[in-house]
Amino acid sequence: MISRLEIQETNSMIEKMNLDVRTITLGISLLDCIDSDLNRLNEKIYEKITRLAGNLVATGEEIAKEYGIPVVNKRISVTPIGLIGASACKCEDDFVSIAKTLDKAGKAVGINFIGGYSALVSKGMTRSEELLLRSIPKALAETDVVCSSVNVGSTRTGINMDAVRLMGQVIRQTAEKTASLDSIGCAKLVVFCNAPDDNPFMAGAFHGVTEADAVINVGVSGPGVVKKALEQARGKDFEFLCETIKKTAFKITRVGQLVAKRASEMLNVPFGIVDLSLAPTPAIGDSVAEILQEIGLEHPGAPGTTAALALLNDQVKKGGIMASSYVGGLSGAFIPVSEDQGMIDAVLAGCLTLEKLEAMTCVCSVGLDMIAIPGDTSAETLSGIIADEMAIGMINQKTTAVRLIPVIGKTVGDRAEFGGLLGYAPIMPVNGFGCADFINRKGRIPAPVHSFKN
Amino acid sequence: MKRAIITVVGKDTVGIIAKVCTYLSEANVNVLDISQTIVGGYFNMMMIVDVSAAGIEFSTLSDELSEVGKGIGCVIRIQLEDIFDMMHRI
Repeated sequence: MISRLEIQETNSMIEKMNLDVRTITLGISLLDCIDSDLNRLNEKIYEKITRLAGNLVATGEEIAKEYGIPVVNKRISVTPIGLIGASACKCEDDFVSIAKTLDKAGKAVGINFIGGYSALVSKGMTRSEELLLRSIPKALAETDVVCSSVNVGSTRTGINMDAVRLMGQVIRQTAEKTASLDSIGCAKLVVFCNAPDDNPFMAGAFHGVTEADAVINVGVSGPGVVKKALEQARGKDFEFLCETIKKTAFKITRVGQLVAKRASEMLNVPFGIVDLSLAPTPAIGDSVAEILQEIGLEHPGAPGTTAALALLNDQVKKGGIMASSYVGGLSGAFIPVSEDQGMIDAVLAGCLTLEKLEAMTCVCSVGLDMIAIPGDTSAETLSGIIADEMAIGMINQKTTAVRLIPVIGKTVGDRAEFGGLLGYAPIMPVNGFGCADFINRKGRIPAPVHSFKN
Repeated sequence: MKRAIITVVGKDTVGIIAKVCTYLSEANVNVLDISQTIVGGYFNMMMIVDVSAAGIEFSTLSDELSEVGKGIGCVIRIQLEDIFDMMHRI
């Protein structure tokens, strides 16, 4: 029999510590929609998404009622459009028409975001994939709920530097096209190395080609719960600290597993994975930075941050893996800047720099995320930052990502406002020394050796 | 049997249990267990109920219970028992 204390513990996690199910993401394969006629392709995509996802939002809300836990986002991911549009799209605008179809279908079913305006080009780009990449600025400027991601490298293939160079330009153009809204288009665009096929989190979600026709992936979150639990670990040794994180991660993930199974049952769609990530929001007490502070740092960015984050990330995985039958996606601690009040404070205090964030990405689950930088940052510099981050992922056999926002018309000392879950961000300085000759080389960085590890 | 947990928290006043139980009886929800304490003037009740014979949807039950709560100055939640089982039992 469940005890009063256990009930109180669960409910205070939900009420006071922001425990929530961050997203139920329905992955939909569009492979069977492929058609050489663009209009027919768009019709089939719209029909399939609205048919499969028609009940997604209502289901999410019903589950929230049943268990008394908020289900914050309901989202869709689709097969990378670079593949789906390959035979029908002859120009950039053809791809943009698919983005608009995704936007329309997403709005029709009431979801928050639809991901998969994507291309997987880790070794080379087809002509149509290059068209998709070049269409991203317009696609993101002319849609509201569409998210885009591009995988430009992997441990197995190396890094496609032609794609890295192009993505520097694409990010700049996306920023310029959405300049009036603090370049918010870039918040919906991620560049990946080793992108997972089953990630439920935006903006990087897409439905990989290795996946079934439709699948339910769930992302749970609860940095506030971990932070609160760690208050009991003040002054205690590392064993106690790690055990506390593990136990808490276990409890949080169990809720994700329950919700994923229930959603799968209600929608009659197979359960894919639970993503264990600690995803912060701008809300007070929903911060990964505050966990790092509770571990013992004055601010994230102080010496010791990388070690503390490595410990946190690993314990979250250890606790979560046993709690769910299938774990996948990104699974770890997210360290976005604009979405985490503690990270923003660390930047404002002068403690956290882009370079330290880069070091932190070596041991956490994603990468340079939601970082606002000066609007006059050149495309080559953006590509240089992307290349560095991709190299970390390639060599360390992990997913890394870059979601940078060059905020047009703003510079260090200013502030970019994105609103809602995306939050706000102080503009961070970028190393201004040149890397153009490096970035302008053609071709790719070869795949790394998989032995002789040091 | 489909078990759910009802929690009622609020300032203590006459008739809280009566109001909640009257509503549950009208909704054909069977009460299996009740425990209740008062700490510092605050009423805190936990009920285990069976909702399998309830004549209405779970979401309606949830909405109506929270309305009943508003009428007596309490916060009333109903949650399926699974969330607690999952979190606290391996």
